[in-house]
Amino acid sequence: MTPRIRRIIPLITASLLGLTACGGGGDTATPAAAPTEKIKLTVGLFGDFGFKPLYEEYKKTHPNIEIVENVTQFNDHHNNLVKRLATNAGAEDVVAVEVGYVSTFTAQPQKFNDLKQYGLDQRQGDYLDWKWQQGLSKDGGQVLGLGTDVGGLAMCYRKDLFKKAGLPEDRDEVSALWPTWEEYIATGKKFAAADVAGAKFVDSPGEIFRAMVNQAPVGLYDAQDTIIVDSNPDVKKAWDLSNQLTAEGLTAKLAAFSPPWNTGFAKGSFATIICPAWMTGFIQEQAKDATGKWDIATVPGGSGNSGGSHLMVPKQSKHPKEAAELINFLTSKENQAKVFKEEGTFPSIPSLYDDPSIQNFTKPFFGDAPIGKIYSEAAKALKPQHLGPKEADVRVAIGNGLGRVEQGKQTPDEAWAQVLEDVKKIK
Amino acid sequence: MSTLPLAVTRRRRRGVRHTLDTRVSPYAYVAPFFLLFCAFGLFPLVYTAWVSLHEWTLLSDTQTFIGLGNYGTLLADGYFWNATFNTLSIGILSTVPQLVLAVWLAHLLNKRLRFATLFRISLLLPNVTSVVAVVVIFSQLFGRDFGLINWVLGGLGAGQIDWAAGTATSHLALSVMIMWRWTGYNALIFLAAMQAVPRELYEAATLDGASNLKQLRKITIPMIRPTIIFVVIVSTIGAMQIIAEPMLFGQSTGSGGGLATGGPDRQFQTLALFVYEQGFANSTFDFGYASAASWLMFLAVVIVAGINFLLTRRVKGGLV
Repeated sequence: MTPRIRRIIPLITASLLGLTACGGGGDTATPAAAPTEKIKLTVGLFGDFGFKPLYEEYKKTHPNIEIVENVTQFNDHHNNLVKRLATNAGAEDVVAVEVGYVSTFTAQPQKFNDLKQYGLDQRQGDYLDWKWQQGLSKDGGQVLGLGTDVGGLAMCYRKDLFKKAGLPEDRDEVSALWPTWEEYIATGKKFAAADVAGAKFVDSPGEIFRAMVNQAPVGLYDAQDTIIVDSNPDVKKAWDLSNQLTAEGLTAKLAAFSPPWNTGFAKGSFATIICPAWMTGFIQEQAKDATGKWDIATVPGGSGNSGGSHLMVPKQSKHPKEAAELINFLTSKENQAKVFKEEGTFPSIPSLYDDPSIQNFTKPFFGDAPIGKIYSEAAKALKPQHLGPKEADVRVAIGNGLGRVEQGKQTPDEAWAQVLEDVKKIK
Repeated sequence: MSTLPLAVTRRRRRGVRHTLDTRVSPYAYVAPFFLLFCAFGLFPLVYTAWVSLHEWTLLSDTQTFIGLGNYGTLLADGYFWNATFNTLSIGILSTVPQLVLAVWLAHLLNKRLRFATLFRISLLLPNVTSVVAVVVIFSQLFGRDFGLINWVLGGLGAGQIDWAAGTATSHLALSVMIMWRWTGYNALIFLAAMQAVPRELYEAATLDGASNLKQLRKITIPMIRPTIIFVVIVSTIGAMQIIAEPMLFGQSTGSGGGLATGGPDRQFQTLALFVYEQGFANSTFDFGYASAASWLMFLAVVIVAGINFLLTRRVKGGLV
């Protein structure tokens, strides 16, 4: 990515030393003091986490550590991880796990190292409580993962397209257009009525659906890990509203993260997109020559979380202690702040939210939108939602249903019936 | 002296060694193939059959024997039959035109041409190209909004087609990709067979006033019949196992859906892709179910290849 930052090393080293010193498990060797043995740590990620400058920085204080990053596509990454855990071979020393999968993995605590052994339970006070809880084993006894970022929701929109459609451009005025999703759809109809050439109101209903479900107090699973897609009225409401977007012809029918969707950014094929913090980095990467055209407004329907990850150390790692130290470094308060400024992924450490360097952080790409302030507010208002072990499969089943409606293959009712059938089969 | 008995025993020993050599060494020569086949062919086949009789997932350490339970569920699973239909449909759409085209291309290249080798080699190039590259490029050509094919169609006044969304259109698009990769390869095999057809037959036919097409139909095709049977069987088996094209097509056209559902309506999910979805692409990793599906797929391949064998054998062979 763009420029690199490397500073504040002494501070971090000091905090690291302090941590390992008070960490239990009888392991008191200082990390920087014994550079005798060369150690290679592998880090398995999906997409760019903006860690590369941090590795360089880490190597300065840990000259014996070599870090190799493997990046795989989102689905493949998590699928491979399951296989590698099952076969006890091939997993990286540090693996990233997205929130949609985290409960799948924390349900198998025997496959991961308890980071408590390395003193990382000390970090609990830093974190948003729910983010911390998501990284624990089911019984709460083990610390399996430390959070990187949270995906507080906002809505990104194209100012130039809004102007063409005769809609307001100012982010506060735009936010005022859609306190609720119904009003969001109403705005979409106005946009469609203006008939802006080559542009639809939204990319596709898939991510909107995900956001709406995430805003509800209870989502696809109840607290007992039972799938409640068929009985949760909030899920059905999200389904209906998503299909309304399709019925009104407001979507560009571009599935998220597909190549045509990427092209859609460059061509300006859609005017709004649901924007968890990490999406800002993505937009900036895809729509390189659209500086100043995108802006960020609040999301309809209240706050919610979409995405965000944890870092975990599989049991099969040969260097769990070093891997845990690296996680501690990568998720430290200072480094989460740095990664946010570079990549847009928003910290899961609440004490940063009122930090002036975050509060006053703006990005020229988004018309100097105060993204630090916007996402701090979004993260503060977040209500956590319980996620079940097969979230990803349930989402695929529902996503396929939305796709069938979008492609005109089924009516929303037929598609919903098939979704419920598919979901029932998920074991 | 003992020279005589020694010579006799030596001769006899040589005789034993000789018979041992002629009897056993052929087996030793073919053994590497069969050892490899047992390790990578036979063992997986048998082991898959064993797994298919169990409730067997990657994530759980216990496997319960359930007999033919997986097969029962499978035969009642609409998605399995949907995948079977898609496989046959894509198979027919791609194989039939492909073989006709291959025979025609081979016939053209069988004439005396300048730069014949260049043409023959270039036939093989699409087959050498990586399937990923082929699918990515073709997915762009078949793109809905900015695809070249829709652009041309739009220019001709026909509307835009969402290739990946429709069942027929997606099968057509996939068939084009498969044909692109395999037509040249099959043409070269046909060409090799055609070159073994005696030239005098064509000369005699020309003297008798037979047209080019007639010569192809009455001389070439009957004479290369064994090759045609071979190519039909091999292409059938290949077509029944298509997986990379639909999987990558789904990803690169963003037709939504999961990793391996072949579109949100499973409109282009083939049997192999179905197996992959059940075994590897959803978080259940249902090996038992996927194994049962693989076995049914194996049977389907045998049946379809058998039917094709019987059909192509009826092509009239020989000239006399």
